[in-house]
Amino acid sequence: MRATAPAEPVRTSAADPAPFIRIDGVSKYFGTFRAVENVSLEIRKGEIFALLGGSGCGKTTLLRMLAGFEDPTKGRIFIDGQDMTGVPAYDRPVNMMFQSYALFPHMSVEKNVGYGLKHERMSDAERKDRVREMLELVQLSQFAHRKPHQISGGQRQRVALARALARQPKLLLLDEPLAALDKKLREHTQFELMDIQHKTGTTFIVVTHDQEEAMILSDRMAVMDKGEVRQVGSPTEIYEYPTNRFVAGFIGSINFAEATVASISGDLAEVEVPSFGGRMTARAVPGLAPGQALTLAVRPEKLAISRERPAAGNAVRGVVSDVGYFGKDSLYKVRLPSGAVLSAHSANARRAAEAERVATWEDEVWLCFDPTAAILLTG
Amino acid sequence: MTDTAEADAAPAARRGSGLARWFNRRGWADLTIATPYVWLTIFFLLPFMIVTAMSFASRTPTSPPFSFGVHDSFLNFENFARLFEDDLYRRAFLISIRNAALATLLCLLIGYPMALGLTRVSRSARNILLMLVILPFWTSFLLRVYAWMGLMGTNSWFNRLLTSIYNGLVPDDWAIRSIQMMHTNFAVVLVTVYSYLPFMILPLYANLEKLDLTLDEAAMDLGSRPFRVFLDVTLPLSIPGIIAGAMLVFIPACGELIIPGLVGNPSQPMIGRVISDEFSSARDWPMASAVSVALLFLMVGPMMLYSHFEAKAQEKKAMEP
Ligand SMILES: Nc1ncnc2c1ncn2[C@@H]1O[C@H](COP(=O)(O)OP(=O)(O)OP(=O)(O)O)[C@@H](O)[C@H]1O
Ligand SMILES: [Mg+2]
Repeated sequence: MRATAPAEPVRTSAADPAPFIRIDGVSKYFGTFRAVENVSLEIRKGEIFALLGGSGCGKTTLLRMLAGFEDPTKGRIFIDGQDMTGVPAYDRPVNMMFQSYALFPHMSVEKNVGYGLKHERMSDAERKDRVREMLELVQLSQFAHRKPHQISGGQRQRVALARALARQPKLLLLDEPLAALDKKLREHTQFELMDIQHKTGTTFIVVTHDQEEAMILSDRMAVMDKGEVRQVGSPTEIYEYPTNRFVAGFIGSINFAEATVASISGDLAEVEVPSFGGRMTARAVPGLAPGQALTLAVRPEKLAISRERPAAGNAVRGVVSDVGYFGKDSLYKVRLPSGAVLSAHSANARRAAEAERVATWEDEVWLCFDPTAAILLTG
Repeated sequence: MTDTAEADAAPAARRGSGLARWFNRRGWADLTIATPYVWLTIFFLLPFMIVTAMSFASRTPTSPPFSFGVHDSFLNFENFARLFEDDLYRRAFLISIRNAALATLLCLLIGYPMALGLTRVSRSARNILLMLVILPFWTSFLLRVYAWMGLMGTNSWFNRLLTSIYNGLVPDDWAIRSIQMMHTNFAVVLVTVYSYLPFMILPLYANLEKLDLTLDEAAMDLGSRPFRVFLDVTLPLSIPGIIAGAMLVFIPACGELIIPGLVGNPSQPMIGRVISDEFSSARDWPMASAVSVALLFLMVGPMMLYSHFEAKAQEKKAMEP
């Protein structure tokens, strides 16, 4: 169904009259090192926006500039229409949940959560109520009097969240909020976070280097590489319609093949793919010209594996060189006559004994994919 | 075949002799634990017990000049009674403790900003500055006290400079010829502060340097201005450093003998001098011991009580639901 969507779902940011947060050509240099390079982003009110990228790509630096701990070398940041240039961290309507949680070790859970309210103009009773409310939100009421070292890592993480939310910031920054948790707790907390975001309506910017986390959590995300934003979009857009090789390769697994455009007809393009041993059809992207060199990419789960040549679509023949059985699905590595190896995922929808599976080692198989499943990458 | 032989030989060689085996298995851990105990037993606990025992003895014209059981009972409490009766001892304790407390406070007020500053400068500057903090230790302590005596003397340029500043500020008929600095409590406190300042700075620095700066950022993020951050985060978290530095200054300053002896008021009693006089000129070893024991309990008692109740309070808090 998604396959019939436009090939290039560009969200023109101009469509939003007043984005809640506007990052306008922001760069940050440490000496000559470019930690963040010319980043422009627009983030809407009430969305969960993920910053995704490998280690050292500048995610934390960007977040610290939003929080006010670091001044941009170039560019400006607007929050709710206000220029943040020169506004110190303590005057920004922003709160941050630190990667290390940064809980005050000498204060109880309750004091930690209430710390930011000291500066808020409210009565003691209101303050108490807010702290209680926050502790209930993160289900930590019974630990109110403990010190941070007397609670578990997951509980500490929730205290940090409650503390950052207590002041009801317009924008909440979360730096790898779940990195320190084990897989089970992380999955659980991801949904908790989303739930809390829905309850409070706060705008979240979540930094993560875990692509799955970004996909699950976010409404939209930005993929960063070496200080630059490479693509912005919804998780589906990023996954199904990457605009460049970096993003395609960073999110999920994917098969790449060098290709040359042979002809274009309507919204389909014929491309010559030497390693696949022939021509393939793919959905065209704007600005293609015959003879142009580009990359053809197909995700493993879009490759159907069969023993007979399928009637329609692109088909490639090869020999199964490796099979990985993961329970719910299987991964096939298929060696093509050209020497290239393609990965294909197929769901184990039926219960089958080993011998009954679609293919096994050294079987000759066909890999088939729909033109809409093929991604053409010019960048 | 050869392969297996070699494989068997290797672990055997690693196991080594019985002694090496013991050392690796238990010895190293035991020795590390034993070292402080052994040292403190030999060089603190035993001498302290001797001194304590001596404080219950009586002074006799023998050699050594004390013996037990001279009076009715074996233990003689007379010395401790004298501590309370004789005004000299009370005054000595009061003056010494007052001077030491004042010096400790001043060391803290000067040392804290210095230690904090040290943690905020660049790494290379930090090492140089730390070196400079320790540098005075490379010249003899006595020499430094003598230098201060020279500076504070009525004819020194330092004294004349201060005098002329003072005379410039007050009406003419208040003018003075020189400021009396030597042989005053002021001199004692000044030289004590100067001499003991590194003992305040170093533990404070060690403590402050370990503090996580993201805590400061977190506090600032939650709306605190820099000074508020200092009061709410840095200061409370540096209390262990403050206590360590204060003890390192206060305790030796209390029993200090050389500084009050050289720059202090000779007519004012000081614990250090009282102990020294009792030992050497009066040859009253039991009394000197009693003063020492009293001093130690005065210092250590409150500390032990404090840490005892602190630990209790911590435990109680942790148990709370
Ligand atoms: N204060 C600084 N001085 C010099 N270089 C810095 C400084 N802070 C960050 N950098 C550099 O800037 C780059 C980006 O750092 P940043 O912390 O933003 O990365 P990140 O994307 O958050 O990475 P990670 O996922 O590992 O946390 C890194 O290469 C880092 O070495
Ligand atoms: Mg980071």
